[in-house]
Amino acid sequence: MIAADLAIMIPEIILAIFAMAGLLMAVYTTKDGMAPALTFGTAIVLVIVAFYIGVTGEGTRIAFDGMFVDDAFARFAKVTILLSAAAVLVVGQDYMQKNNLLRFEYPMLVVLAVIGMMVMVSAGDLIALYMGLELQSLALYVVAALRRDSVKSTEAGLKYFVLGALSSGLLLYGASLVYGFAGTTGFAGIIDATAGGDVSIGLLLGLVFVTAGLAFKVSAAPFHMWTPDVYEGAPTAITALFATAPKVAAMALFARVVHDAFGNAVGDWQQIVAFLAVFSMFLGSIAAIGQTDIKRLMAYSSIAHMGFALMGLASGTAQGVEAMLIYMAIYVTMNIGAFAFIMTMEKDGRHITTISSLASFSSRQPAKAMALLLLMFSLAGVPPLLGFFGKYAVLWAAIEADMIWLAVAGVIASVIGAYYYLRIVYLMYFGEDREGLDGRMTLAPFVALMAAAIIMLAGIVNLFGIEGLAEAAAQTLVN
Amino acid sequence: METILLFGPLVGALICGFTWRLIGEQAACVVATGMLFLSALLSWIVFLGFDGETYTRSLFTWIESGSLFTDWAIRIDRLTAIMLIVITTVSALVHLYSFGYMAHDDNFREGEVYRPRFFAYLSFFTFTMLMLVTADNLLQLFFGWEGVGVASYLLIGFYYRKPSAGAAAMKAFIVNRVGDFGFLLAIFALFWMADSIQFDVILAMGPELMETTFQFLGYEVNAANTIGMLLFIGAMGKSAQLFLHTWLPDAMEGPTPVSALIHAATMVTAGVFLICRMSPIMEYAPFATNFIIIVGAATAFFAATVGLVQNDIKRVIAYSTCSQLGYMFVAAGVGVYSVAMFHLLTHAFFKAMLFLGAGSVIHAMHHEQDMRNYGGLRKKIPYTFAAMLVGTLAITGVGIPTTYFGFAGFFSKDAVIESAFAFGGGLGSYAFWMLVVAALFTSFYSWRLMFLTFFGTPRGDKHTHDHAHESPWTMLAPLGVLGIGAVLSGFVWYNSFFGHTDDVGRFFGVPYAVEGDHGAVEGDHGAADAGHGTEVVATAEDTHAAPTAETGDHAAEGAYAAYPHYVLTGAPGQGAIHAAPGNNVLNEAHEVPTWVKWSPFVAMIIGLATATLFYLVSPGLPARWAEVNRPLYLFLLNKWYFDEIYGAIFVRPAKALGRFLWKAIDGRVIDGGINGLALGIIPFITRLAGRAQSGYLFHYAFAMVLGIVVLVTWVTLRAGG
Repeated sequence: MIAADLAIMIPEIILAIFAMAGLLMAVYTTKDGMAPALTFGTAIVLVIVAFYIGVTGEGTRIAFDGMFVDDAFARFAKVTILLSAAAVLVVGQDYMQKNNLLRFEYPMLVVLAVIGMMVMVSAGDLIALYMGLELQSLALYVVAALRRDSVKSTEAGLKYFVLGALSSGLLLYGASLVYGFAGTTGFAGIIDATAGGDVSIGLLLGLVFVTAGLAFKVSAAPFHMWTPDVYEGAPTAITALFATAPKVAAMALFARVVHDAFGNAVGDWQQIVAFLAVFSMFLGSIAAIGQTDIKRLMAYSSIAHMGFALMGLASGTAQGVEAMLIYMAIYVTMNIGAFAFIMTMEKDGRHITTISSLASFSSRQPAKAMALLLLMFSLAGVPPLLGFFGKYAVLWAAIEADMIWLAVAGVIASVIGAYYYLRIVYLMYFGEDREGLDGRMTLAPFVALMAAAIIMLAGIVNLFGIEGLAEAAAQTLVN
Repeated sequence: METILLFGPLVGALICGFTWRLIGEQAACVVATGMLFLSALLSWIVFLGFDGETYTRSLFTWIESGSLFTDWAIRIDRLTAIMLIVITTVSALVHLYSFGYMAHDDNFREGEVYRPRFFAYLSFFTFTMLMLVTADNLLQLFFGWEGVGVASYLLIGFYYRKPSAGAAAMKAFIVNRVGDFGFLLAIFALFWMADSIQFDVILAMGPELMETTFQFLGYEVNAANTIGMLLFIGAMGKSAQLFLHTWLPDAMEGPTPVSALIHAATMVTAGVFLICRMSPIMEYAPFATNFIIIVGAATAFFAATVGLVQNDIKRVIAYSTCSQLGYMFVAAGVGVYSVAMFHLLTHAFFKAMLFLGAGSVIHAMHHEQDMRNYGGLRKKIPYTFAAMLVGTLAITGVGIPTTYFGFAGFFSKDAVIESAFAFGGGLGSYAFWMLVVAALFTSFYSWRLMFLTFFGTPRGDKHTHDHAHESPWTMLAPLGVLGIGAVLSGFVWYNSFFGHTDDVGRFFGVPYAVEGDHGAVEGDHGAADAGHGTEVVATAEDTHAAPTAETGDHAAEGAYAAYPHYVLTGAPGQGAIHAAPGNNVLNEAHEVPTWVKWSPFVAMIIGLATATLFYLVSPGLPARWAEVNRPLYLFLLNKWYFDEIYGAIFVRPAKALGRFLWKAIDGRVIDGGINGLALGIIPFITRLAGRAQSGYLFHYAFAMVLGIVVLVTWVTLRAGG
């Protein structure tokens, strides 16, 4: 029995063994000298595991009495997480090296965080959920503060840790309420307890607290406050990681909780999620306008984008989940491209992140400027780029679910949000000519930037087929 | 052949307009003109070889959407054939004429190339006009309809440096929009009723439409009448009928060849053509046709009165055109479409000729257009004088009533007047008298033009008069050709358009039968239709021989009594024109009292006599007369104050509304609102959000707790309530 259960968890187990083995090996050999090879090797392992999951997985398998679920939904999320983490590792390697941050612990911590995320998206029980969440969070707290000699970085790590602890407390409190009123921590049991459709107020309060904890992880307003500070303070390669894989994991977990555990109370959580969505979209869009630092700007951008993804979730339908998955996949791609660029923003050999340094960038680097333009347009949701189709999917899901007002709010927010993306484009093309960025891009970031930009254009043909996969994933979750 | 005929001008326009830099200015113009002459030649072949049987040649499918199906097609019937020769002949001659007229133009700077553009526009116009007349469905017709509108706009505003030309072009376009809107509504209504816009289908619907009603503007209205009215509103715009006529005089801002081609011979007659084309529907819309008679007669009268006092030579002719169009509409309104087309044909020749003659005068006088500065020019430009004289004789309808001697206008205009009288009733009398008076005025202003220009002593700038010179052959040759048409076209085609009903029926490809027979089977409709079918075959065979043998007798007046009374019996849509059962105006027009036949002649003589008195015998008389009747004179000089009234009622309020919407709504409300939101409110919130992001952990934690409180409160209230 145990063997069968473990067989289902093979990817996670492999990664765990890899992480520990890697740590041991590095400690007993050249330590940080191993780091570049280890980082690259980790990326390869992550890609292989992603490939393994994508190719071999089929059907829905349940392990440990429902604690762990392996279904199409989990696999979709896992592949996205693994690939994006691998991409961030590869793209960020040069940055870490240059800033003397490439410790051997870094790739291992990322692997551990990824394991946590994989457990999160496969969780079928509140306890498994919490375990995955903490594993992920603890690893991320450490990488946020990786630059120990920098006040900002340590501050970021500390803030993230303290607020993360608060959110974990909220989530745990909610979980205990749910357990108290449902009598079980398993999602299957919770959904049975609400089978009649009448949900007790205690259970609802539990749901609210759990939701708050999850909202913190996806950095949805008003639980978003840590995001700008952490994004700004953390080393840029780490910020890129924050902006991608954990967001997918948390969003997938969010979807799993509300659908697997509270699928009978759609009407109750729908409004909470819609509230979070609207608040996030508007706050992200409006607050980003005033930013001068591109990393902070990307933080608000991700808040707004999470609002849009939550809009898909708020529709409470399979279509909504599908839209959310598509949105997240596109969002991750755009962010990897954008951060690949941000990581290489340099002047006189120093990494800078002010937006104004982009002025008249196009005259010096037309190709890169064009790529960034495409990414910014896509982030803003300008048709016919891929970002538009992500927005279109969630808006359509909201409309189909009779939440017209939500869709209207989304459109307004995206119009406001378009401003700051366009401002970057404006600066690049029409900004006053002065001394700006002079750094050169190494191969990996350059490839990532160009690939992301090309995907934004080429993906409009058929979204690389992820639509069908996302649909299948959504179908297994919502039924 | 039809295809070459149709697309030749388009090819010419494209080559001329786009490749003149390659092939040279002169060559480009020659190509366009050559194409037109080819087109004209083919048109005459088509016209003379046409046997009356309608045929359609489909080129390709244009639109196929639901039940809407439209081809690009060439539909040739008698109406089209007539229009073809009118359009291509006049257009070809105008092209040739333009070589001389447009050779030097002070409106363009030295070295500026403008002639290829002019020729390209002319050819493009001709193409769209041909599209209009060869359409086999309403949409293609509308395409041509709008196409000629665009070409007209471009050509009126050809002197783009003149603000007045630009304004006139806009005026023409905008006024036409009013009519086009009506026409569009008519197309919609027909498509709604018949589920088709093919002529084959809709033209057969006439009687059915008469029985149908639909809701329009909140009223239950008769389909045929409403559609007829809407069609006529479209025609009013294009053909400058009263109330929508104001653009035509202003259109004279364009170069004179344009006025001759577009604003005299072809485009403005498109409305008449439309009504004739839709005759199977108009015949069943008595209200609409009555309205056409009223407006047509009023236009003929109104424009003639205004023409009496105008001083600009082109404006006189413009009002004359307007007036003559009224004649055509009266003919169409009383149900004698053949006569409407007859007048259209003859008018095209003599009016184009008058315009080109006027152009020749203007050319000779260095672009002086005020007749008060002319005088005594007949010695200086004798050929032009001869041409103008022929044109004037034609338009005033000189001829001897009850005989076959006369100029073109004599036949067609008298035919219109007699038809109006034959229509009978109060409306018939009204139209008849209006037209007779208009004929008197026509005679007066036409001769006034002649006398002021060519007789008397030279007035105005002496230098200009000294240098007045005859025009080159390129300008005189077209005058000669048109002169032949102005003299002979009435005589040659009299029988075909306004002869015995069987002649007319044969010419237009409409079946006919002896009146009595028709009456006999009137009682049983089903049988009547079947009977018609057989009759048609019979008449088609035997009448070929019989009437041709009798043609000789036609010349002898009075043969009417012995001649069997035929009536047109074609089903709606059969043949080129249609006469509803009971429409006997064509026959009755031949039997009007003799005084009616003489009345236009008398009117013409009176007009001539008065003009002679005013402008030859005692030239001081007009000024005294104007002084005595000053209010009336000003009323006429200012064109009944139509422009002023429209300015006050439509133009100024529209401009004011536009300014209001622009400045207040768009500028202040929309722009202001957006700017206020974007520059005021959003940055304010941004600052607030920035301040909230203080960097203090406890602030962040507090925000999270606040969020929780809100959510918990919300959920509790919802669950509790």
